[in-house]
Amino acid sequence: MSEILLQIEGLTKAYPGVVANADVSLTIRKGEVHALLGENGAGKSTLVKMIYGLVKPDSGQMVLRGAPYAPAQPRAARAAGVAMVFQHFSLFDALDVAENIALGMETPPPMRSLAQQIRQVSETYGLPLDPYRTVGELSAGERQRVEIIRCLLQSPQLLIMDEPTSVLTPQEVEILFETLRKLTAEGVAILYISHKLEEIRALCDAATILRQGRNVGTCVPAQTQARDMAEMMVGSTLHTPARSPRTMGDVLLALNNLSRPSASAFGTALKNITLSVQAGEVLGIGGVAGNGQDELLAVLSGELLTPADAVQFMGQPIGQATPQARRRLGLLCAPEERLGHAAAPDMSLVENALLTGVQRKGLASRGFLKWGAARRFAEDIIARFDVRTPGPDVAARALSGGNLQKFVIGREVMQAPKVLVVNQPTWGVDAAAAAAIRQALLDLAAGGAAVLVISQDLDELMEISDRFAALNEGRLSPAKPTTGLSVDEIGLMMGGAHGMEVAHV
Amino acid sequence: MLRLEKRPQPSRLWTYLTPVLAVVLTMLCGGLLFSFLGKDPVLAIRTIFWEPLFSEFAFYYRPQLLVKGAPLVLIAIGLSLGFKAGIWNIGAEGQYIIGALCGAGVALAFYPMEAAFIFPLMVLAGGLGGWAWAMIPAFLKVRFGTNEILVSLMLVYVAEQLLASMSLGLLKNPQGFGFPGSRNLQQYPSAHNAELIAGTGMHWGVVAALIAVIFAYVLLNRHMQGFYIRLTGDAPRAARFAGVSPTRLVLFCLGVSGALAGLAGLFEVAGPSGVVSIDFNAGYGFTAIIVAFLGRLHPVGILMAGGLMALTYVGGDIAQSKLGLPKAAIQLFQGMLLFFLLAVDLTTNYRIRLRRKEAS
Amino acid sequence: MDLSAINPTLLLASLMVAATPLLLAAIGELVVERAGVLNLGVEGMMITGAICGFAIAVNTGSPILGLVAAALGGAVLSLLFAALTQYALANQVASGLALTLFGLGLSALIGQGYQGIKPPSFPKADIPLLSDIPFLGGVLFRNDFVVYLAIALTAVVWWVLKYSRIGLVLRAVGENHDAAHALGYKVVRIRVAAICFGGACAGLGGAYISLIRVPQWTEGMTAGIGWIALALVVFASWKPWRAMLGAYLFGGITVLQLNLQAAGVAIPVEYLAMSPYLITIIVLVIMSADKSRAPAALGRSFHASQ
Repeated sequence: MSEILLQIEGLTKAYPGVVANADVSLTIRKGEVHALLGENGAGKSTLVKMIYGLVKPDSGQMVLRGAPYAPAQPRAARAAGVAMVFQHFSLFDALDVAENIALGMETPPPMRSLAQQIRQVSETYGLPLDPYRTVGELSAGERQRVEIIRCLLQSPQLLIMDEPTSVLTPQEVEILFETLRKLTAEGVAILYISHKLEEIRALCDAATILRQGRNVGTCVPAQTQARDMAEMMVGSTLHTPARSPRTMGDVLLALNNLSRPSASAFGTALKNITLSVQAGEVLGIGGVAGNGQDELLAVLSGELLTPADAVQFMGQPIGQATPQARRRLGLLCAPEERLGHAAAPDMSLVENALLTGVQRKGLASRGFLKWGAARRFAEDIIARFDVRTPGPDVAARALSGGNLQKFVIGREVMQAPKVLVVNQPTWGVDAAAAAAIRQALLDLAAGGAAVLVISQDLDELMEISDRFAALNEGRLSPAKPTTGLSVDEIGLMMGGAHGMEVAHV
Repeated sequence: MLRLEKRPQPSRLWTYLTPVLAVVLTMLCGGLLFSFLGKDPVLAIRTIFWEPLFSEFAFYYRPQLLVKGAPLVLIAIGLSLGFKAGIWNIGAEGQYIIGALCGAGVALAFYPMEAAFIFPLMVLAGGLGGWAWAMIPAFLKVRFGTNEILVSLMLVYVAEQLLASMSLGLLKNPQGFGFPGSRNLQQYPSAHNAELIAGTGMHWGVVAALIAVIFAYVLLNRHMQGFYIRLTGDAPRAARFAGVSPTRLVLFCLGVSGALAGLAGLFEVAGPSGVVSIDFNAGYGFTAIIVAFLGRLHPVGILMAGGLMALTYVGGDIAQSKLGLPKAAIQLFQGMLLFFLLAVDLTTNYRIRLRRKEAS
Repeated sequence: MDLSAINPTLLLASLMVAATPLLLAAIGELVVERAGVLNLGVEGMMITGAICGFAIAVNTGSPILGLVAAALGGAVLSLLFAALTQYALANQVASGLALTLFGLGLSALIGQGYQGIKPPSFPKADIPLLSDIPFLGGVLFRNDFVVYLAIALTAVVWWVLKYSRIGLVLRAVGENHDAAHALGYKVVRIRVAAICFGGACAGLGGAYISLIRVPQWTEGMTAGIGWIALALVVFASWKPWRAMLGAYLFGGITVLQLNLQAAGVAIPVEYLAMSPYLITIIVLVIMSADKSRAPAALGRSFHASQ
């Protein structure tokens, strides 16, 4: 076993109301690829921010190469040989690769020699990059390369990577893995945050699993089943629910081979999406964010128009219908971004109730608004969904995330939709509110509606969906019934292999 | 170290307080300015703000307030609808001019016929003229994505040239002894926008302004379109989610503000001004921008702000003749008002906190 | 109509003079917009510069001091805009308009009593040898030095933006102020500096009109040239050399229509006078198809939320 590079003992960090990390200890060795596993909110980002100097721990200590290590800011961490590639890149699209890298350095060399160095390093590590290409034109995988090269130019000894493969195609994942193996051969240690269990099994030497801020175990991934790792992450035996089969009705919503380029420069294009949802059914669509979820919702809500028969509602082509028309028909949506998209931050809950409820709840007559009715609708939502707020006149931005989400979902559910599409329904929401929302979705389906749930939370999808499909880079895998679906299969579906095997190392 | 912390909710109190605070600050700064110019600040402020309303000659000045205030309010109401949605019509001055030209053109075409339909036709022409002039930036924005600020502004200069050309050419008074300018519409009864109640200064423009205030109030608070306008200004993405069509909104906002500005121009040329001349336009289109912001883009607020601005115009005139205060000082004063309002406005959405240095 | 009365040498020379204030203001605003700030107050800063420069030049007898004062005046006025938009987080469009209205009023006020006065004359740089070249020499090398300053400024701005570190950082701030902040750059400080630079340039451009081009002071004498400068920045796709090309094209149109007026061409004077503005609109329409080149963070307020 190689020598220890970074030793972390009893690191604790608390924020008002929540303990992000509680007494976490872990060991990273030289030349090791160490995975950090855990669900959303398990404490992975906080831990890593402490290692990188963005956050100061409340207690505990870190020892790097035998010496005490307590970086006050990222600059100090970089000076000590710790580099980090974030999940969300700090890149400037209109500038070229060399300029982007220069901006991330303390004292960059003159452009020409920097370009030379970039070429050299990128070739050596198998991530070829032309220093003069404009970053905006690069694919997500290539943009990640810029971030990685930026780190590598500073010769780090510990490289932290946060969800690196969430934006990569399978081929690019292989290329990245080659690079990482080369780095570890030179003695660089890698701290690899991910929740793609198969990848971790393929790449990592050791794994530490966090749950609710604590280190609940380490293992050697190659010798552990994906299922066991998943159970350690979740803390209970993952049971795929034995669902009493509901009587499914007609197909209410169908997408037929839908392809659409994204509206924005950095969005994901949808490619040949085909799906159908029946009355009484809950269809779950999984996938890490950034793979086309926003675009899929926009195509269903009417914000993005498509050829008329690419989207069918009860057999009728509605691809060209406006959002208002779709609501009248009974197709409702709840987007991911609560403030700014699903609700207007500075407007009151009454006004936000009006935002989508006007058509189905009869809140306007010949254009003139019925404020009394809108207020009653808002009050109904607040009462029925236990939205904690002083009253309906409060601005949306004053509500906590969980309460606003309850309001937003409740607003759609209480309009008695025939089809409801929700994107990340319980993201950032506390457990009690999340349970209430999921129950509401199930009740809606039991009442005969078709429900489409797009979510990153696999647990949630397994709990409430009848069928499951995975969205990867704008492509949708065929839907499979959730009963009997194993975690392995799910991982493969989300890996975008579409039934193809991921290359085993 | 001062730090800005976003409030959970826009503060109701400060929404009403900011214009008042801005006015007070402007008065203080303005007073300083006036004393710098060698005038007694207290006397100057009094002359501008108090005299027109309460002095012994107030009966003469008060009607002037209506005359000056009406076009300001009328234009500002139109502008506020667009501003609320992030659609910037800066060319109201040009739409005002074109409205006046169209209306006066209609009147002079019928001269010397006396008929009841002439004035309503003029009103229609004025509104349509302003509307059409505003449709140019609207169409270019919708079709090509061209910035409406610059286009509407360029059209102001074009309109000014058109005005000059008309007053020297097509609309020139043939019986005017060769002097530039059109026939005086005040002497043409069918076309004259006369005072409805003698001595009050209240002409059809004033009535129109009041109707516009009511219309805007109802639109913004009671109608779907007004809701959409407010929604677009607050959260454009939510507006698209709700189904607002950006094209329709641009056409509506620019169209309405153009029409209202054109109407203001018509009422002015057929009434208080009377003549189409090269210097007909008095900058109402730009001052209306200040009025719109001072009124916090709210119809009732605009009504009050328009009154205040008119007060500064009328009071400024008095100060000019009585105290020798230059007209430019009033212009500066008005600019200061907008400045202070914008600066003070941040208290509505942010709380100012003293930041304690975090022990790191 | 006597077109032969139009002397091409004089036409070209006056073209350079007409273009210079436009170029100065446009280059300044270009830097500001590259940093991500939309300052619509160019007209206000120009006219303030015009009167500051005029007043100081008349009072001190030195036109050079006048130019310096103009640049300072423009910069100080722009600080008001910087305070509003960077610290008070006010809407950039409204603040720019406020700046223009304020500047117009301020200049009218200061300008009281300066009407009709003739300012100290400005020496023309008569570059020896080069100015003796027939035709071109008279045009290119016998102008006042501000014309050359404007061209030099364009070159400097181009070089700094493209090749220097500070230029790179400024461009980064204009592209993505959140990422720039995440990388540790002081976004607000950089933007305030850019705004001041823009103000100084605009002030200088305004003073050029009142001290050299016209030369005298009248209220509102800039007549919208600040707005044309804003349109020029769009036309130039935020590139310095294109701004120079645009300024010279516009200068050309302005001067041409004046000459056509003088030559008694059959088009009414007012329609000729309209042409620069109409052409600006056409240019804007053509350029709007190319919106992708604008600095991505242009016009958006920056508030470091920690």
